[in-house]
Amino acid sequence: MSRLKQLSRSLGAARWLSPLLLLAVLEAGSRAGFIPERTLAAPSQVIATLWSMTVSGELTDNLIVSALRVLAGLAIGITTGVVLALVAGLSRSGEAAVDPLMQIKRTIPTLALTPLFIVWFGIGETPKIALIAFASIFPVYLNLYSGIRGIDVRLLESARSFGLSRIGQVVHVILPGALPSLLVGLRYSLSVSVLVLVVAEQINATAGLGYLINNARDFMRTDIILVCLMIYAALGLIADGLVRAIENRALVWRPAMVSQ
Amino acid sequence: MTYPIEKDSAMDARLTHFTAPASFVAPAEPVVRLNDFTRSFGDTTIISGLDLEIAAGEFVVLLGRSGSGKTTLLRTLAGLDPVEGQDVTIPKSRAVVFQDARLLPWKKVWRNVALGLKANDSRQLAEDALQEVGLGHRLEAWPLTLSGGEAQRVALARALVREPQLLLLDEPFAALDALTRLRMHELVLSLWRRHRPAVLMVTHDVDEAIALADRVVLLDGGRIVAQERITAPRGAERAVIAAPLRQRLLNALGGVVEEQAEIVALHAGARP
Repeated sequence: MSRLKQLSRSLGAARWLSPLLLLAVLEAGSRAGFIPERTLAAPSQVIATLWSMTVSGELTDNLIVSALRVLAGLAIGITTGVVLALVAGLSRSGEAAVDPLMQIKRTIPTLALTPLFIVWFGIGETPKIALIAFASIFPVYLNLYSGIRGIDVRLLESARSFGLSRIGQVVHVILPGALPSLLVGLRYSLSVSVLVLVVAEQINATAGLGYLINNARDFMRTDIILVCLMIYAALGLIADGLVRAIENRALVWRPAMVSQ
Repeated sequence: MTYPIEKDSAMDARLTHFTAPASFVAPAEPVVRLNDFTRSFGDTTIISGLDLEIAAGEFVVLLGRSGSGKTTLLRTLAGLDPVEGQDVTIPKSRAVVFQDARLLPWKKVWRNVALGLKANDSRQLAEDALQEVGLGHRLEAWPLTLSGGEAQRVALARALVREPQLLLLDEPFAALDALTRLRMHELVLSLWRRHRPAVLMVTHDVDEAIALADRVVLLDGGRIVAQERITAPRGAERAVIAAPLRQRLLNALGGVVEEQAEIVALHAGARP
């Protein structure tokens, strides 16, 4: 009796229970015929599709295409954002030149540029990568820039009092001090890049996750659509874990990390 | 009981009960020389017409209330504020220990000490300096894991590893507990004796000033209102001998000072 009570109490506090229950209800609904497959595929069907697509290589190939788009876009976007933030953060005239432009850019939703980018770059890989790059500039720029500007002036002052040159101050004080902000920006950029990827891949793609989804839509294959959604979610999780890993390595000096 | 204060060494007689017939003469070639130094921000004049010389190896304590201009003076001597058009001589090699240790949290302790050193054996120099302040075992520690006293000792090591001609201490022990502060006094004195930099220490603590100084300079309203040379050897004895001086300094600081309790109040209230 008491064991049963204990079990029910631990089940009551379990966070994994409700998602599992939802899956079970969906599965039961599909099998009983309440949920038609063209509306939502059964969870078991989604798993089976995931498996067969992985084995056939269809999923992996398209995933690689999408991942390369994200990586190329991020590489361009993050580099540009870091350079602009350094220019704006480290010099007054640089700030006057760069920051107004970036603030203007911020007011334009990146995805609204899709038509313009198609006109400019056609419908190949270029507009997709350009959109991802363009979207990922700003989070990195804004966070690194404010990180540089937010450096503790007392630390800079003490470095100056020891005769550290301007370059020495940048290398030893400003950049390490702004690193936590840069990593926050990086995290935003990564999640934005996955978001933009989804939309960018709707542009006449012949490969990639977006292509899989579009195709599946035409054949009303909800199971394939769900598999791709799962992959998008996994991409977001992986990106977040990546930045976390970098943080754990780069910010070991922070008290929360130190005490671990 | 004899007065430990050389009466004729008080240079500035603007404070009425400090009579000073003769000019104060620095015993050796000064490393710091300020002539008619003035500093103002906008309409506010922080320091006006200040003359100060510090001899090589001299331990000067600058005493003053909040807003008396002592930190501004220290920043000038540290070369942190511009001094265009002023008659200011400061040595090339200077080092500052601030009230907060200001260690770079992302550099391990020994790298903080070695910061900006050009020598090839900077790690060895940093190690030696940290040994000297009794922190040889914390070389690889992260600064944020240090206690307040340890951080301040690292800051001292970082200052002394540069073998400065002028060591500037800006209320370095104000945030430490009383016992740690006394230990730090001992440490500073022993380091000073070994390395012999000229020291200018800023404090609002009269007892600290008396315990450490060759010369106490009292700053008020941006002017030097009194200077006292203390020749008595440092130690417990000095505090007894210097009792009248302590009284005078406390009076000059503006507190109506009768008993020990007032000094505590002064400590608590005089934080800038």
